[in-house]
Amino acid sequence: MVKYVIKRIVLMIFTFLVIATMCFVLIKLLPLPAIKSQGRDVEIILMRREMMGYNKPIMVQYYRYWKNVLHGDFGVGEQMYPSLEVADIMMQKMPYSIVLNLYSILIAIPIGLLFGIYAALKKNKWQDHLISTAVMIFISVPSYVYAFLVQYILCFKLGAFPLTAASMEEAKSFFSWTMFYSLVPAILSSAFGTVAGLTRFTRAELSEVLTGDYLLLARTKGLTRSQAIVRHAMRNAMVPILPMILGEFIGILGGSLIIENIFAIPGIGKLYTTAINVRDYNFFMADTFFYTLIGLASGLVIDLSYGFIDPRIKMGER
Amino acid sequence: MENKINIPKEKFAFAKREGKISDKKLETKPIGSFKDAMIRFRKNKSSVVAAVIILILFLYAFIVPFISHYSVNFRDGYYKMVLPKCNAFAWLGWDGCKVQNEPQAGYDYYSSIGVEYGSSAVKKLKGISYDSDGKPRYSISVDSYERVGFAYCDLTSDEYEALKNYQNESGIQVMYPMPVTYKNQFKAISSPANIWYKLADESATSTGAALNHNADGTPIFEANYMISDNPESGKYDSIKLPSDTGGANGDEWYVYAVRNQTGYRVRVLYKEYYFYKNGFYANHLFGTNQHGQDILACLASGARLSFILAISVSILNFIIGIIYGAIEGYYGGAIDLIMERISDVLASVPFIVVATLFQLHLAEKVGAVWSLLFAFVLTGWIGIASRVRTQFYRFKNQEYILAARTLGASDKRLIFRHILPNSIGTLITSTVLIIPGVIFSESMLSYLNIVNLELSNFTSIGTMLSNGQPYLNSYPHIILFPGVFIGLLEISFNLFGNGLRDAFNPSLRGADE
Repeated sequence: MVKYVIKRIVLMIFTFLVIATMCFVLIKLLPLPAIKSQGRDVEIILMRREMMGYNKPIMVQYYRYWKNVLHGDFGVGEQMYPSLEVADIMMQKMPYSIVLNLYSILIAIPIGLLFGIYAALKKNKWQDHLISTAVMIFISVPSYVYAFLVQYILCFKLGAFPLTAASMEEAKSFFSWTMFYSLVPAILSSAFGTVAGLTRFTRAELSEVLTGDYLLLARTKGLTRSQAIVRHAMRNAMVPILPMILGEFIGILGGSLIIENIFAIPGIGKLYTTAINVRDYNFFMADTFFYTLIGLASGLVIDLSYGFIDPRIKMGER
Repeated sequence: MENKINIPKEKFAFAKREGKISDKKLETKPIGSFKDAMIRFRKNKSSVVAAVIILILFLYAFIVPFISHYSVNFRDGYYKMVLPKCNAFAWLGWDGCKVQNEPQAGYDYYSSIGVEYGSSAVKKLKGISYDSDGKPRYSISVDSYERVGFAYCDLTSDEYEALKNYQNESGIQVMYPMPVTYKNQFKAISSPANIWYKLADESATSTGAALNHNADGTPIFEANYMISDNPESGKYDSIKLPSDTGGANGDEWYVYAVRNQTGYRVRVLYKEYYFYKNGFYANHLFGTNQHGQDILACLASGARLSFILAISVSILNFIIGIIYGAIEGYYGGAIDLIMERISDVLASVPFIVVATLFQLHLAEKVGAVWSLLFAFVLTGWIGIASRVRTQFYRFKNQEYILAARTLGASDKRLIFRHILPNSIGTLITSTVLIIPGVIFSESMLSYLNIVNLELSNFTSIGTMLSNGQPYLNSYPHIILFPGVFIGLLEISFNLFGNGLRDAFNPSLRGADE
């Protein structure tokens, strides 16, 4: 068990290093972005580039970069946030993404589970068909389409919610009511997809469990339908559902590119798209590493959590 | 058991005495696995409907460029953000009119457009309200096509002559008299050429374009044209307004054209001038965007790009995935291990990073579309490859494969003739389901402006959405049509894919994923 976990972690680090190296080389192969400022600023930027070693061979830069990263230094911004530490800016932006996604999944998980359970219990009745159709629509339609719809109805037609996220000065804290209120349209838009996905998954798992023989036995030995479902069916259906929820929780760090763009939330996703559009490679690189790491970590947690949730699943066995 | 049935012996006869006994030939045609799948697919109503919708959207994307007057390149500076209009369905509200809430000046401005040629930009007065100062505000339904009205136009001498000839031949008046020049700071204005009437307040600081009014509130449209004593001022010898009779003394003629450095400046009725230039009147079924591009044509072009991209990506992924997965699964062992690691690493790279890096490296060399295609193919085949791999592990040790191998079948024959056909149904399903994913990612990347697909004669749905976003409040139609299109397309493709999966593999019916 421990051996398997260690093996998986080593493998994950290996994968991460391969990807990071590829990205680093590919980015360093690009010509440095043109300098937009004029006069003495140009000289200063050129000097800084020289000092940062941007003109040295890639191998040397690679070594320096990792040495700095191990000390928590991801370089400084050049095109956006000039001369500010990349790591600091990312730490400033991250709370927005975390708050948004945290609220969104905290709303989405109970609703998704409830709908999924209800649909599974009413399988092939009209309630199930209704829920399944809605789920089909919300899974298929891209999130930006209903984000636009939410924005149009809630922000423009009803005028009930502000167009952009509240700034820190207004909101005081990330968990204040003002902040939550200003994020409601974004939270709703990103919750739709999660609710639909979770509903579909729960319905599929639970309806499969409900046909099991042990459930028949449970009913035969005298348990009521609700007892049998809560004590036997739900527990087994939860085995694949819980890891999925865990994965969602890790994903909240990443933010959502589209939702943050539409609702102008200054989170990590917005930072990423801006970094690409203005060609700020230090930000791009740090963000890329961050996203890759999140993806790998959530995959790992999902896989390992199976063994913790259900001891019957022996990990590392083929 | 008394009532035994007694059949006398004579009644028995031999069915056939001579000849061989053989099975009757089957009267129905044999049903192969594909045909079987088709029969099952046809029973699934929602998937059939989805297939029809996909076909319609597909035809729309490929036929519209041939029958529409417009293309992505067609931009008109005056018909910007014009609303959707369809003459056959005008009664449904599809009439190109927009309800606006205007003060007196705006109301006068819009109602004056069209008086000169016997029409009106204001289609309906919906109501009047009064604000706290007691000033009226009019809720009016303005035709967004008529709203354009007149425009000043600088023509060279040749163009000017040609336009006069056109007027004389067709009898359609395009050029109208020049108004006395006003300062252009009036608030409600889309074109200063539309103020042809006398204003109530002509001071330089006025920001309103209000008319004079009678005591009972009816507006007085009093022409305020430039006047010359020469009836042929600006060498104008074409159709004139009926009111242009030379005044009391025969020395007050309207001026239709003013000479400038390059030729003549004239005031044209824009819709007729548009007809003169293009050969058709402006009519946009889906309206136009802020660049004056027709949304119907842009959407067809974007959809075409999406379709072509998605279909080529799925075909390439299908081919690469089959080859890679077959090698992995068939040979197994060390080859499998190494190839699995490679695809694991590739699968862990976030797609957006791949797309960005390809864009940064390749877009200038091979073009944005090609680099996006490569980015999709780089990681897209992994799903299919792993599916093929599992199928191979399942079948490669079965007896019929062993038998074929004993009979001397080559590896190639075993892979393609004996193992692969078992999984072709699932593979087709997952290939089809790649298409909506690619369309979604493509529109997302172009919406975020990470990929710029706005080439010379192409646009993409994502670009259209990001163009329309600033106008979501006032002109939602710019986003509505691309949004509805892509939503419909995604739903249909997913339903279609699910139908295919159920048809090819009935044991999975109802299960998701």
